[in-house]
Amino acid sequence: MARMNIARNKSTKKPLARNKSAVQKSENQKAADGKKARAGGWGLELPKELLLEMHRLMVKSRVLEERLIKIYKAGEAYFWIGGPGEEAFGVPLGLLTKKGQGPEYDYLHLHYRCSPTMVALGMPMIDAIRLIMNRATDRCTGGRNFANHYCFPEWNVVPVSSPIEVQYTIAIGTAWAQRRRNGDSITIVSGGDAGTAEGDFASCLVWASRKGSELPMLITVQNNGWGISTPFQGQHGETHVADRGKAFNLKTMVINGNDPVESYVKIQEAMEYIRRERKPILMETMVSRLYGHSSADGLNRRPEEDCLELFEQKLIKSGLLTDSKAKAIWDEYEKEAREAQEQVRQEPPPSEESIWDHMFVDNENGDWRKF
Amino acid sequence: MANMAQAIRMALHYCEDHYALQDVFGEDVGAPLGGVFTATQGLKTAWNSPLDERGIVGMAIGIGLAGDRCVAEIQFVDYIFNTIDLLKIAGNTHWVSNGNYSLPIVLMTPVGAGIRGSIYHSHSFDAWATRLPGWKVVMPSNPLDAYGLMLAAVKDPNPVLFLKSKALMRVRGDELIPGEPEDEKTLKKMIDAPIGDRTGWNPQWPDVEEYVVPIGKAKVTRPGRCLSIITYGRNVLMCNQAADELHHEGFNVEVIDLRSLMPYDWETIRESVHRTGRVLFVNEDTEVTNFGEHLAYRVTQELFYDLLSRPRVLAGKNLPGIGLHPNLEEATVPQVRHIKEAALEIINEVP
Ligand SMILES: Cc1ncc(C[n+]2csc(CCOP(=O)(O)OP(=O)(O)O)c2C)c(N)n1
Ligand SMILES: [Mg+2]
Repeated sequence: MARMNIARNKSTKKPLARNKSAVQKSENQKAADGKKARAGGWGLELPKELLLEMHRLMVKSRVLEERLIKIYKAGEAYFWIGGPGEEAFGVPLGLLTKKGQGPEYDYLHLHYRCSPTMVALGMPMIDAIRLIMNRATDRCTGGRNFANHYCFPEWNVVPVSSPIEVQYTIAIGTAWAQRRRNGDSITIVSGGDAGTAEGDFASCLVWASRKGSELPMLITVQNNGWGISTPFQGQHGETHVADRGKAFNLKTMVINGNDPVESYVKIQEAMEYIRRERKPILMETMVSRLYGHSSADGLNRRPEEDCLELFEQKLIKSGLLTDSKAKAIWDEYEKEAREAQEQVRQEPPPSEESIWDHMFVDNENGDWRKF
Repeated sequence: MANMAQAIRMALHYCEDHYALQDVFGEDVGAPLGGVFTATQGLKTAWNSPLDERGIVGMAIGIGLAGDRCVAEIQFVDYIFNTIDLLKIAGNTHWVSNGNYSLPIVLMTPVGAGIRGSIYHSHSFDAWATRLPGWKVVMPSNPLDAYGLMLAAVKDPNPVLFLKSKALMRVRGDELIPGEPEDEKTLKKMIDAPIGDRTGWNPQWPDVEEYVVPIGKAKVTRPGRCLSIITYGRNVLMCNQAADELHHEGFNVEVIDLRSLMPYDWETIRESVHRTGRVLFVNEDTEVTNFGEHLAYRVTQELFYDLLSRPRVLAGKNLPGIGLHPNLEEATVPQVRHIKEAALEIINEVP
């Protein structure tokens, strides 16, 4: 059971040295923030309902990912990649998104570790399971793409694409469309640390920061310390990826993505700034990678800090949650995930003829044999 | 009579006013230059992008995802190659999203040889372009078609690659765009920016009208009986000339301007080759794995028993580039004399 998984890993939760929070901003703002800063205690300075909601969604996302892994291990999927270990950052991100369709709402250019954000937006578990099991009912891709490659137009979640970093150059376009509308919507783009070596990351900084044409973008980098097997130190000279934003006069932040409270507060602060000022922020968030890179990587639990385990313990110790209530939440989602898998098993695979669907809009013929 | 650069400019102006075109952008596309070939001069939505082709294509994709209409430019197709994976994404967005997103974007870019452009201003892209499923690809040979295809491209809900032959940018056609003033000098005065200081200059657009060339429709530019030449872009002019010269020598050659490469007008090709029994495909891209080869393959599959000679493809030599000296360039990409030679060879082949 997923929850026992977490308990077993208790001994490994030593905080990572690189998980220091450092926000680079004006002295004025630092002083203002001081008042709301965490004053010892449990570090739970958010409304109780919100804390419990975040916990619930983090559990849901974790259970979903662990279900996807089980589906892969059972031979019912060809590949798994996902975001267990990124819940403390991804869930608040989803909760704070201005959710809707079209440029008046936020755009999300996500990568393949963003199930926590999708769950927070309201994605039913079964949609992720249809995707990993490549059913005809997979509404995101029609059985065409990998796990965690989501697409939800009603929430402006544009198709997740496998080539690393391309989302950073594509995101500037939705931000451009939002910029001219004078609303408060923003474009959010996410990716990993290693991928920032690609030119597309630099492209994003260049286009987002042009004087007089700044783009309303939250540019995030989920730094898990790895690019498959290559450690961060092996491919970066900069201390923090976020430091690269400084050369472009971007506001930058480095946050502890293993703390949902800090993440929520900092994302909220960043979004308020971007919505108001219509200017970009580069946010680097330190996260864990709990099951390795992908199914090609063994899928064993790694001895890294577990944000959900830490958060749940804090909630219990502070009296906001009880052991039995927590267990009930885990059990509820376990059941939902299991039942969803059982249902999806019964659903049809995509048909052979469907390969030609959606080559062009309105299914205009794309097969040259029929030109 | 407008040249192709002016025709594209007027088409984009029309699209700004009637098709909600919101962005025309790329390197040096905005004021004061209006594009290195002046195809975007004076347009109210034209702006200069950073010198970053990946950024240009990514920006276009993002604008399309948001549902706005844009025309982006890659300054020379020679510099499009580092964007290929983004072009693939644009082509697969509608398909991989199971129809959830469409991508109504236009990417235009000057292609081909003929302006003494040496290695990095002479590349062709038509063969590459046809290997980007999900894109429509058009390549006009005259100003009126450029106008009509641009309107079709901006209207189309799919990504459209608009390949414009560099060598045709200053070439005039023989048909007026509806609404275009008849006198060339009048047009120039109205829409060409003055040399020197351009601050305060504004174009006076003629009242051009809607004229759409449907994507996927070819045009017979020379009707004939003894050979079908299938071509596009600047090679149309060469093939027309070759056909005219052959006509004087007593050979009646048909020339088809494909205009659209994806989807292509198979019906027109089929009907023509069925009638003539002989076919030559002409284009400038490198000859190995060339788009003409695909068409020749299809001819052999579907019209094999109608053929009176082997189908031929006359294309650019399979070289890493096109050398600058005219001797080198002309030996590398098809010239009128090569087209005539190939045509006669095919016509004289005894089955
Ligand atoms: C352009 C490109 N190159 C290589 C790959 C293969 N690949 C997939 S994930 C990955 C590592 C990415 O690391 P990072 O950006 O840190 O993200 P993480 O997976 O750690 O979240 C690589 C090399 C790819 N998908 N795309
Ligand atoms: Mg990483």
